[in-house]
Amino acid sequence: MKLVDSERGLGRVLLAPAVLYIVALVGGPFLLAIGYSFSNVTVSSGGGSFVGLVNFRRALADPSFVRALGNTVLFAFASQALVVVLASILSIALQKDFRGKWLVRLLILLPWVAPISLGTIGWLWIFDPVYSVLNWTLRSIGLLGPRDWPVWLGEAHLAILSIIGVQVWRTLPLATVIQLGGLSSIPQELHDAAEVDGAGFFRHLFQITLPLVLPVMLVALLFGFVFAFTDMIVIYVLTRGGPYDSTQVLASLAFFKGIDGGDLSGGAAVALFLLPVLATGAVLILRLARRAEVT
Amino acid sequence: MATVETKALRKEFIGHTAVDGVDLVVQEGEFLVLLGPSGCGKTTLLRMIAGLEQQTSGEVIIAGQVVNELPPRSRKIAMVFQSYALYPHLTVEQNIAFPLKAQGAPRGSIRGEVEKAARMFGIESLLARKPRALSGGERQRVALARAMVRQPDVFLLDEPLSNLDAKLRTLARDELKQFQRRLGTTTVYVTHDQVEAMGLGDRIAVMNKGKIRQLGPPQEVYDEPADTFVAGFLGSPPMNLFRHDGVLVGFRPEQLLPPGEDPARGPTVTLRFRVDRVENLGADRLLYGTLPDYAPAEKLIVNLPYTVHAPVQAGQTPEFRIGEQDLKFFDLSTGLRVAPRPLRRGQS
Repeated sequence: MKLVDSERGLGRVLLAPAVLYIVALVGGPFLLAIGYSFSNVTVSSGGGSFVGLVNFRRALADPSFVRALGNTVLFAFASQALVVVLASILSIALQKDFRGKWLVRLLILLPWVAPISLGTIGWLWIFDPVYSVLNWTLRSIGLLGPRDWPVWLGEAHLAILSIIGVQVWRTLPLATVIQLGGLSSIPQELHDAAEVDGAGFFRHLFQITLPLVLPVMLVALLFGFVFAFTDMIVIYVLTRGGPYDSTQVLASLAFFKGIDGGDLSGGAAVALFLLPVLATGAVLILRLARRAEVT
Repeated sequence: MATVETKALRKEFIGHTAVDGVDLVVQEGEFLVLLGPSGCGKTTLLRMIAGLEQQTSGEVIIAGQVVNELPPRSRKIAMVFQSYALYPHLTVEQNIAFPLKAQGAPRGSIRGEVEKAARMFGIESLLARKPRALSGGERQRVALARAMVRQPDVFLLDEPLSNLDAKLRTLARDELKQFQRRLGTTTVYVTHDQVEAMGLGDRIAVMNKGKIRQLGPPQEVYDEPADTFVAGFLGSPPMNLFRHDGVLVGFRPEQLLPPGEDPARGPTVTLRFRVDRVENLGADRLLYGTLPDYAPAEKLIVNLPYTVHAPVQAGQTPEFRIGEQDLKFFDLSTGLRVAPRPLRRGQS
């Protein structure tokens, strides 16, 4: 029997690359990280030995870890809350027919297709302490006085705002496109019925359109949340966690500790704190999405 | 209760005219059916009356008031859609209550109104369910209850029975007619199904290519079609049409009958019918064939009801009779009805 005729054999062969990929690049490192987090291994020490929960205790006692944990949650929640609102507005606006709609759609999708690192470097220049196009624009239209000159990435609260802003910029396109898909799957007759039944703009929006698009919106939210929660590229390029760890997140802290600092076991322990939060989040949102119904 | 009127109503989409200058008056309490093939503009006409579609020109008048610029919610209309358009995330009760809440009915009265409407359609036991847990017939009732609940002036229905299976459709048709009679609400009903149109309408407006071809009571539209389109659209099988003597001659398949079976109202004409094939449908027998003396080349159909027992077989050419007034004549080029004339043998 030829391979292509054997459903089992062919199935295995076709699945193999994916399985191999996941085992080699996700499963292996994941198990390794769990192993490291219970040991005292460093970059130079080689094997290391089992030390129990020492690394986790050490992390929890470290103020910069607590700060990073808080930031991770803050960045993810703040950016996704904004994304949900903005994506709703954008997708509803983009559903209407107008001239040049395809161009606007393309422009909105653009941040998603651009490489994150390059896009973020662009933002680095926008936030530049001397040449910030943002500041010069604000000054020339009179919103910044002659003595005001915000250093976007140099002041803690501004740096936090900047990072949330860039995260919104990054995840908004995907959320908008997903939600557009959800919107266009609502049959026109439902909108017509709402019109005839006498619903005004807000009743129509909040009682018909948004509830119907909710399951799809939750899927977009799940993706955005996972991206924002685990991301370190934006932080790495913009602030490297600074000033004074004020924008450090779990992913960047784990990297700086484990790779740059050589403390493999400490970094692994920090990184593992992402796991339970993400797993719970994913299960929760998937369950929600299943419960909400669209017929 | 109200009248509905359209004046020179037009709707143009890019590249084609969907509704082409329709003048229509629906009387108070009347059940008017818009009948036509798909793409004839009947649904667009209904949607313009509802305010869901903005007309290119012309006027819509409801209860004597020009409503051209009014949104659907200000027109005191209710509409039932082909798919029923029940809100899938709301329960039956919330669905029916939706129009009441939207028009700001006092909170205390809503529950009672909803229950009244539900009782009327026999769906009290379904109030807590979601639409997806309902059968097609139940969904249709919920849609009707939702439309009726705030007592609209005008009731607009867009093929509301077409998603039901054949058996249920006949039942639902009867119920629909009864509700309309009882409430006396002016109703405009869109369908492509001539049986529905004949059964439901006080009057039928037959539409084609954006125009009303004929408007009248069902029997009149059936018996006295204004043109070949109406003649060919109504009836199953439709009216036979053949070229003869510079005109088109038409007759209903069930009106050409063996001698002794013909209803014999007034003078009759005898025609020889050459039978090519017999199709027995149980209640009817369909004879496929030609009229060798008048139009030997044109395929025609004769419909014998089961009460006619005359033995007819393929290959025979029996003599049948038809009432003279049952022969209709149409202009060859315009398709419009022309004055009757005698048939002359061999002039095809």
